[in-house]
Amino acid sequence: MAKRKIRIMVAKPGLDGHDRGARVLARCFRDAGFEVIYTGCHQSPEQIAAAAIQEDVDLVGLSCLSGAHRTLFPRVIELLREQGADDIVVIGGGIIPDQDFPKLYGAGIKAIFTPGAPLEAIIDWIRTNIKPRK
Amino acid sequence: MADESEETDKLRKIREGDVRTASRLIRNLEDDLPEAKSTIKRIFPHTGRAHVIGITGPPGAGKSTLVDALISSFRKKEKTVGVLAVDPTSPFTGGAILGDRIRMQRHAEDPGVFVRSLATRGALGGLSKAVGDAVHVMDVMGKEIIMVETVGTGQQEVEIINHSHTVIVVLVPGMGDDIQAIKAGIMEIADIFVINKADRDGANQLLSELNAMLNMAPEFPGGWRPPVIRIGNVFDSGPFGESLVELSAAIGDHHRRLMEKDLLGDRMRRKALMEINEALRDAILAPILKELAESGEMDRITGRLLRKESDPYTIAEEVARRFLK
Repeated sequence: MAKRKIRIMVAKPGLDGHDRGARVLARCFRDAGFEVIYTGCHQSPEQIAAAAIQEDVDLVGLSCLSGAHRTLFPRVIELLREQGADDIVVIGGGIIPDQDFPKLYGAGIKAIFTPGAPLEAIIDWIRTNIKPRK
Repeated sequence: MADESEETDKLRKIREGDVRTASRLIRNLEDDLPEAKSTIKRIFPHTGRAHVIGITGPPGAGKSTLVDALISSFRKKEKTVGVLAVDPTSPFTGGAILGDRIRMQRHAEDPGVFVRSLATRGALGGLSKAVGDAVHVMDVMGKEIIMVETVGTGQQEVEIINHSHTVIVVLVPGMGDDIQAIKAGIMEIADIFVINKADRDGANQLLSELNAMLNMAPEFPGGWRPPVIRIGNVFDSGPFGESLVELSAAIGDHHRRLMEKDLLGDRMRRKALMEINEALRDAILAPILKELAESGEMDRITGRLLRKESDPYTIAEEVARRFLK
């Protein structure tokens, strides 16, 4: 009996070892009934894109608190595109100044959540925007 | 249902090792889509080339770290590697955290390595129901070594023997007295024992307990006595590297022994029986359960049971009489 499940990867690109937030998210995604792959800290965009494809996830959630999101987030999207995996939705979170939002949205990031975003809002966004396949 | 040329194309891509196609197929197998099964029907004749290594043991024993180290050692020998890492699904929410991959991420960019995490999705025995077919997919991709890492197991999760040619049971010191070593279950399925974190207290005691247990065994099939390999602190790279060489040699020796003594046949027969069993259950039991659920009869039966108007055996006999001619 077919049952589609949403698979999400939570990843931390770049030189940023602060993963409390990413772990809290991973846990709350689990409690929302999603399957969550957590890749740990210090990942290159190349590692993240490769892992997302190997795991066939629906969504990648990038977390960055180091200030390098303007470079790292678009690079992940670019790599997914290059490998024909642009159906994987990418969202971002962390310490991201408002003025960077347009650049990130322009690069293809579908949503950005910053400190104070309620967990329910993130889960609701996922439920609304990521449909289990077919 | 996908059309013929699309299916042929999919098969070709998988045989060429295309990760995206293979990973999507594994996803469809996990989700139990009928078209994924028809793809398996087509790839099945091409399976049976890989050496499948099962890695099992209690939670936190260091299975993923060991798999990571083994990936490196197989890659040094220029073997291509597939890894299926299983973690548990929550019985309450259906969600899962698949965290084995964290230990293996340094191989993410190596095209010779394909790591795929699976959630148990309610399957017992320490694996996911899709794992057998996922092994077939990686096999057809041409992965020479496929490592299957179980969930952290207790004493009884021995399903891994139905999927592997070589089973490695990973233990750590300090988990119980010597009675644990003579119990049935997981202690019986090892082709190779690893005492992980062997720099800790109790490693020598565990070693002598395992040896005492092995000394009591009446016989070993094919004369293979499971070696016990001590592996120390992963951060102490010299000794860790040496013990890993020992482990990978033992894996090679075991594979050769399986070939020489024609023991692979037994393992393959076990896997074949299990696959037939599961396929039959899907083909026969699943439609019955579906009909009972959809017609509302399942609720009525459950009510009868709760009111003690009947018992599970009588109900099962009634259902069987009706559906199985």
